[in-house]
Amino acid sequence: MKLYEYLAKQILADAGVPIPPGRVVDTPEDAAAAVREIGPVALKAQVLVGGRGKAGGIKFAETADEAPQVAKQILGMDLKGYRVERLYAEGKLAIEREIYVSVTTDRSRRCPLVMASAHGGVEIEDVEDRHIVRRHVDPRVGVLPYFGKEMAYALDLPAGLAREFGDLVEKLYHIYRQYDAELVEINPLAVVDGHLVAADARLNVDDSALFRHRALPVVEEGTPTEHKVSEIGLAFVELDGDIAIMANGAGMAMATLDTIQHFGGRPANFLDAGGGASVEPTAQALAVLVGMHPKAIFVNIFGGITRCDDVAKAIIQVKNTEGIPVPLVVRLTGTNEKEGVALLEHEGISAYSEMDKAAQQVVALAGEGR
Amino acid sequence: MAIYLHRGQKILVQGITGRQGTFHAQQMRAFGANVVGGTSPGKGGTLVDGVPVFDTVREAVGETGATASIVFVPGPYTKDAAFEALENGIRLLVLIPEHVPVADSIDIVTRAQDLGADVVGPNTFGVISPGEGTKMGIMPNHIYRPGEVGVVARSGTLSYEIAYQLTNAGLGQSTVVGMGGDPVVGGTFVSVLQRFREDAATRAVVLVGEIGGSAEEEAADYLSTLDKPVVAYLAGRAAPAGKRMGHAGAIIERGRGTLESKERALSQAGARVVTVPWDVAPAVAEVLR
Repeated sequence: MKLYEYLAKQILADAGVPIPPGRVVDTPEDAAAAVREIGPVALKAQVLVGGRGKAGGIKFAETADEAPQVAKQILGMDLKGYRVERLYAEGKLAIEREIYVSVTTDRSRRCPLVMASAHGGVEIEDVEDRHIVRRHVDPRVGVLPYFGKEMAYALDLPAGLAREFGDLVEKLYHIYRQYDAELVEINPLAVVDGHLVAADARLNVDDSALFRHRALPVVEEGTPTEHKVSEIGLAFVELDGDIAIMANGAGMAMATLDTIQHFGGRPANFLDAGGGASVEPTAQALAVLVGMHPKAIFVNIFGGITRCDDVAKAIIQVKNTEGIPVPLVVRLTGTNEKEGVALLEHEGISAYSEMDKAAQQVVALAGEGR
Repeated sequence: MAIYLHRGQKILVQGITGRQGTFHAQQMRAFGANVVGGTSPGKGGTLVDGVPVFDTVREAVGETGATASIVFVPGPYTKDAAFEALENGIRLLVLIPEHVPVADSIDIVTRAQDLGADVVGPNTFGVISPGEGTKMGIMPNHIYRPGEVGVVARSGTLSYEIAYQLTNAGLGQSTVVGMGGDPVVGGTFVSVLQRFREDAATRAVVLVGEIGGSAEEEAADYLSTLDKPVVAYLAGRAAPAGKRMGHAGAIIERGRGTLESKERALSQAGARVVTVPWDVAPAVAEVLR
């Protein structure tokens, strides 16, 4: 779960990381009040996308008079698909230089990784490797102030900043552990009056660890359909094609999308019906697919823990209640395949046993393909 | 021979009285696995399908001499179960649960390294060695046959599909390993390939990967050392950037972890890269010829 900048900033401030003065603003009038309290501000769109500045989501307001007008330009705007509902008004900074620092998890080394660059303010991927300093953290030891101090010297930061940087990295690592973060990033980390200030902040919390962080406000990403399926407890991603897809298992679901594309079709979604989903959630998920009004639906099941007869029952249940008004192609192989196929045939639905033939058929029925 | 597993290996099932634990303990035994005990706090002294249940791993290890354990507890409790196993002498730990916090996985993997123990998972379907007649996992028994093909995969059902096609093509498997779909897991493609290299029973390897991370690229770097033919199939060609495709680990983040870079690396390292699952078995037959 990604946190909005203002929430991330609050967590940084609570940990003792210096941040500029600021507060949330949700009306143009409130923006004027914020300028009266703080002075000249940057009005920053609170959306979960990067590159807000370039997209017009960050503007400056020097006076209380102009603030409402500036706020109106951003509030309600569509920023890379997200509607801006809220701004963060933050004291305008006289930035001397910009640095980059983050704590994240190195998947292949299986330990935390601190990354820093003397060139901040741009995406870290755009910074040349030789300008980046990487240090892995031994999780048994953690991060002490020397750790970041060494990085500061490696970055050639002025000696006066090295101590502050050491303290800062220690605090960021603490936040990374305390919040089960996937990423704690300050970019840019600004130098103002010779001191470090977190000018922007990203904090992404590991979804699997949210049970330990119930106090955090829930930030929902994604489309309404994605929310509906996540409530059933299944993994779902909406795509822009028109062949709706259900498969069991994440890898299998990905391979199914690839296969549809291979035959020239356009998948409408990713849906992992789970490694062992029972009748009811499978039926609910299928009903959601029907509600997406696709050109055709493809159910691709390799029965392992999932039983083919359970999937067949789910299909029949949806067919006889909501109805399935578009072509449906079913592939069933594996556990209780015979029982599943027999159930479907009784209802006039034929099932394939091979994935390639089934995929070709659904692409043809959707009027796509080569 | 096989990797990780051997015939008769004494196996514990942590969480044996749960729905999943009971079912899969029974399936493992049906495949020939030597399940010597299970744990479930408060249920010590009872039996599940004839398998003795203990309150603690300490007691179970003391009574049975088990050195391997498979864990079926919810994600939030996995760290506790894993440490209980590791601290009591378990040296092969298969972690089935999904939704294990990444920070917990880091702690588990770090401790296991210190103790010289192997961790498979979390979020894995486990390990199966048909020739040894044993498994620690949740994969369906009937799709595997003894043979010479090693399979290492990130994803369960996709590996079943591929194992099934290998079996139908008369190509049996030496060991099939599920690394797990999480960002941080105990094994890496490289560590599994190292084992396949040492394993005389394995003549070719199928690598089933997916988008996200850099495990496939690291595997590519190892292929020249492996010295056995590799067929690779990776899933996620149609996946958009920035979206998690079910697995917490399957995400293209800011341009990293794309299928193209993985396939290129593997192909340049000499692997036969196929782009659809049903091309795997014919490619394996060819490289074994």
